[in-house]
Amino acid sequence: MSFSTMLSTMGAGMLRTMGIFFLTLIGALPLGMLVMFGRKSKNKVLSSIVKAFISIIRGTPLMLQLLVWYFGPYYLFGLSIKGYRYPAILIGFIVNYACYFAEIYRGGIESMDPGQYEAAEVLGYTRSQTFFRIILPQVIKTILPSVTNEVITLVKDTSLAFTLAYQEVFSLAKQISASETSFTPFVVAGVFYFVMNYVVAFVMEKIEKSMAYYN
Amino acid sequence: MILEMNNIEKNFIGTTHTDMALCDVSLCVDSGEVVSIIGPSGSGKTTLLRCATFLETIDSGSIIYKGETVAQTSGGGTAEYVSKKDMARIRNYFGLVFQNFNLFPHYSILRNVMDAPITVQKREKDEVEEEARKLLDKMGLASKAGAYPCQLSGGQKQRVAIARALAMNPDILFFDEPTSALDPELTGEVLKIIRRLADEKMTMVIVTHEMSFAKAVSNRVIFIDKGCIVEQGDPGELFDNPKQERTRQFLQNYNR
Repeated sequence: MSFSTMLSTMGAGMLRTMGIFFLTLIGALPLGMLVMFGRKSKNKVLSSIVKAFISIIRGTPLMLQLLVWYFGPYYLFGLSIKGYRYPAILIGFIVNYACYFAEIYRGGIESMDPGQYEAAEVLGYTRSQTFFRIILPQVIKTILPSVTNEVITLVKDTSLAFTLAYQEVFSLAKQISASETSFTPFVVAGVFYFVMNYVVAFVMEKIEKSMAYYN
Repeated sequence: MILEMNNIEKNFIGTTHTDMALCDVSLCVDSGEVVSIIGPSGSGKTTLLRCATFLETIDSGSIIYKGETVAQTSGGGTAEYVSKKDMARIRNYFGLVFQNFNLFPHYSILRNVMDAPITVQKREKDEVEEEARKLLDKMGLASKAGAYPCQLSGGQKQRVAIARALAMNPDILFFDEPTSALDPELTGEVLKIIRRLADEKMTMVIVTHEMSFAKAVSNRVIFIDKGCIVEQGDPGELFDNPKQERTRQFLQNYNR
């Protein structure tokens, strides 16, 4: 296999990796907000359930979770899982990352000065106005460094999709390396992850800087 | 009468704030009146202000703004509040200036002043901006409209906080130790603004440790200790010739 053939084969894998990455972010960032509201709910039953769920998700390997999401419907309910591979991967990633984001959001919200809520309350802001206009913009600034960490971890975690035999860049590197008895695919995969994370760090830094106008 | 608070009881049972309770405190404020509240730390001065501004709920007693009852002791002996909708409407009657300013750090100075009138009171942006700029000018901060709170000194921040409260056109303005978080050399600029508001007959209730200021600016001074009003009256009378031993003691310690 020539280097260019290898690159084009792996290029398709890179696109799939980026697909998992972006779809996970699009799903997990807002879902994390919902999970956080559940975790902070005044309803004790709801908050306990959500707390236990977060604990399970954070306490078990993502690799295992992917297997459970994929094979669970078959083993537990006898359902056919034909064509269910990609949805299972996305569910696994989105749910896992939403739980981590939820805890980051919670930390950010709990670090807010209570005086901000009181000032908004006395000025007559409704609860949702207070949250979206006053609290959330400040929380986003506070949590951005932690979110950056998670996003960088996500870039590398996408390789876990190989567990479900999904042909993303890591699976392909392994396959090609074995069939061609070559070390090169690993180098290509390594460079790909590094460059992708470099871009992620660059973009996140830009966003952080755009919020540096106040402290 | 703008504000009537009658027989307010407030306890913090089960919390660590047991010393900040109120027992049978009444406070009535007439239009144009400036009332100062003095007293030692933990005496309940701030609690009274927080009850008046709905940041704390009272256990019993009544709160009436401009003849409209907000809370009243019901048959069961505990205070019941009116609906959230009515409370939201009545909130427009007052403004509160905090000890720690509590400006919104992500908004410019101008937006800090403009945001609530536009968002909460649904007023026209152009009209609000014109008024906000006038207010900032009055506070001597016209040139800071585009700055952010983190770029301002404590005294400037407090003046923005006053402008923000005034932009809502309140009938009564509460100050919770407005100069306590400031460097001594910055208190003057804030006190000057409050004094000017008093000259303009703004109705105000001021919790303060600035005794000479309280004496000069108020129509009435209230001395609170351990959650009870010990003495109240004409500032000259109360400061120079206190009737109660406890008041005398407090003022003596203060002047030492």
